Amino acid sequence: MSLIDSISIPRGIRLPRVDGLIQWIVPLAIIAIWQVACVTGFVPTRVLPAPSDVALAGWKLLLSGELVRNIWVSFWRASIGFLIGGGIGFAFGLANGLSQLSSRLTDTTLQMVRNVPHLALIPLVILWFGIDESAKLFLVALGVFFPIYLNTLHGIRTVDPQLIEMGRIYGMSDGELFRRVIFPGALPSIFVGIRFALGIMWLTLIVAETIAASSGLGYMAMQAREFMQIDIVVLSILIYALLGKLADSASRVLERLTLAWHPAFQKR
Amino acid sequence: MQTALRTSLPETELASRASFAPHARVVREERPLQTTGLPLSIRGLRKSFGDNEVLRGIDLHIPAGQFVAIVGKSGCGKSTLLRLIAGLEKIDSGSISFGGETRAEDIRVMFQEPRLLPWARVLANVEVGLGRDRASADAHARAEQALTEVGLADKRDQWPSVLSGGQKQRVALGRALVSRPRVLAFDEPLGALDALTRISMQRLLERVWRDQGFTAILVTHDVSEAVALADRVLVIDEGRIAHDVLVNADRPRERGSAGLANLEGSILNHLLSADDRT
Repeated sequence: MSLIDSISIPRGIRLPRVDGLIQWIVPLAIIAIWQVACVTGFVPTRVLPAPSDVALAGWKLLLSGELVRNIWVSFWRASIGFLIGGGIGFAFGLANGLSQLSSRLTDTTLQMVRNVPHLALIPLVILWFGIDESAKLFLVALGVFFPIYLNTLHGIRTVDPQLIEMGRIYGMSDGELFRRVIFPGALPSIFVGIRFALGIMWLTLIVAETIAASSGLGYMAMQAREFMQIDIVVLSILIYALLGKLADSASRVLERLTLAWHPAFQKR
Repeated sequence: MQTALRTSLPETELASRASFAPHARVVREERPLQTTGLPLSIRGLRKSFGDNEVLRGIDLHIPAGQFVAIVGKSGCGKSTLLRLIAGLEKIDSGSISFGGETRAEDIRVMFQEPRLLPWARVLANVEVGLGRDRASADAHARAEQALTEVGLADKRDQWPSVLSGGQKQRVALGRALVSRPRVLAFDEPLGALDALTRISMQRLLERVWRDQGFTAILVTHDVSEAVALADRVLVIDEGRIAHDVLVNADRPRERGSAGLANLEGSILNHLLSADDRT
């Protein structure tokens, strides 16, 4: 996913300043059209509030401190859940990629669990954990686990065996072989897993927060729905979009830093 | 022969070649003067993969510092022999002995693929070749020296992905040379290169072999390459050494000379007549 994205960017003409801004033209144009449609009455504000109203609602929530608090709570849940689920997925991916025994022992089980949609567990999770923090963390961790597990495993299994043979001939110990050959070779695939996982992370959190929470962005949106505050509902959705973009950009920066050797990431 | 060579080579190359031309005359056996290479003795070597007996009893002695080429049809067992010598496969029966104690760094292999680490810069890739000495203080300096020997000192900070096929293979050669090996095994290292790059790589191989004096074992399917580079050509057929041919031409050898062409023709005949029998 990530590699193809970068390859398909045409790099014929490179105007650095314009390059950074060009990606925002479409979102800004959509907002402008939306504003015009609302102001002219083409779209009734009961269906969709104008962007200016949404911004105003955001400003009010910002002043009251409610917005920052809810974003922070959601962000915290997402990160902790991601770290737990991603960490365990990475560990299993490593173990099963490197050890036949471990793979035979756990892979079948994991594949079975993978085919259960994790959001289907929400009723069970609420019964187990109530609407406590642990319920959300559990669901996010579970959702994030599989893309990272599968891609780490795939990355390690597809490291060029010729390079591994080369490493052994040149006297690398097991640890060195992992550090210098296997892990760097698996890294592009691991990043694909991370980016899939980031998408699933937000998705899971939103659903969990709208169903079982007393704080967070999803909760804020549900509360607003109760009181017909449609501007706040739209605001929450926009914030989700921005947070998703932020997570994706962060993973791209990491990719560029660690995969500088990869032809797809080299400046031409 | 020497005069023909002088007219066909550019000035710079001529100077470097002229410096060792006198030695070649004195030492009739075409070996470098100071040999650091190891002799190699193979007795009754057999190897099977499942029911397929690939090597059926190889007996061979290679004197220290000799340049041996191994040719044969594909599937004749020549690569397997090389992998056994390099310790990449287990021996079924028989023995391979080098004259004396060897360290892992003494025997190096160069493959048809460069097998460079794409995520390591050129210099770091060469350092891999130091084996256990990687951590030593002079690792950088030694790697840089090896890179200079293969003529790529200016590429030290590049990623392998930006190099051409020939340059990658030169980095792989530098990596094999950096530990100063005493036996260097080549498994069709030039097989994937275009004709001109091949010729310049052959010259490079010959030069480093002369400079360093290791025992060289080259597996190739190109008989003209074998004849141009080696002191001795072994023809392997059906898991045995079918012919053992000494090449007594002076070095540096002139490409396409009548003597070498004759030799090449007769070796090719051996290979093809073996083909007719089956």
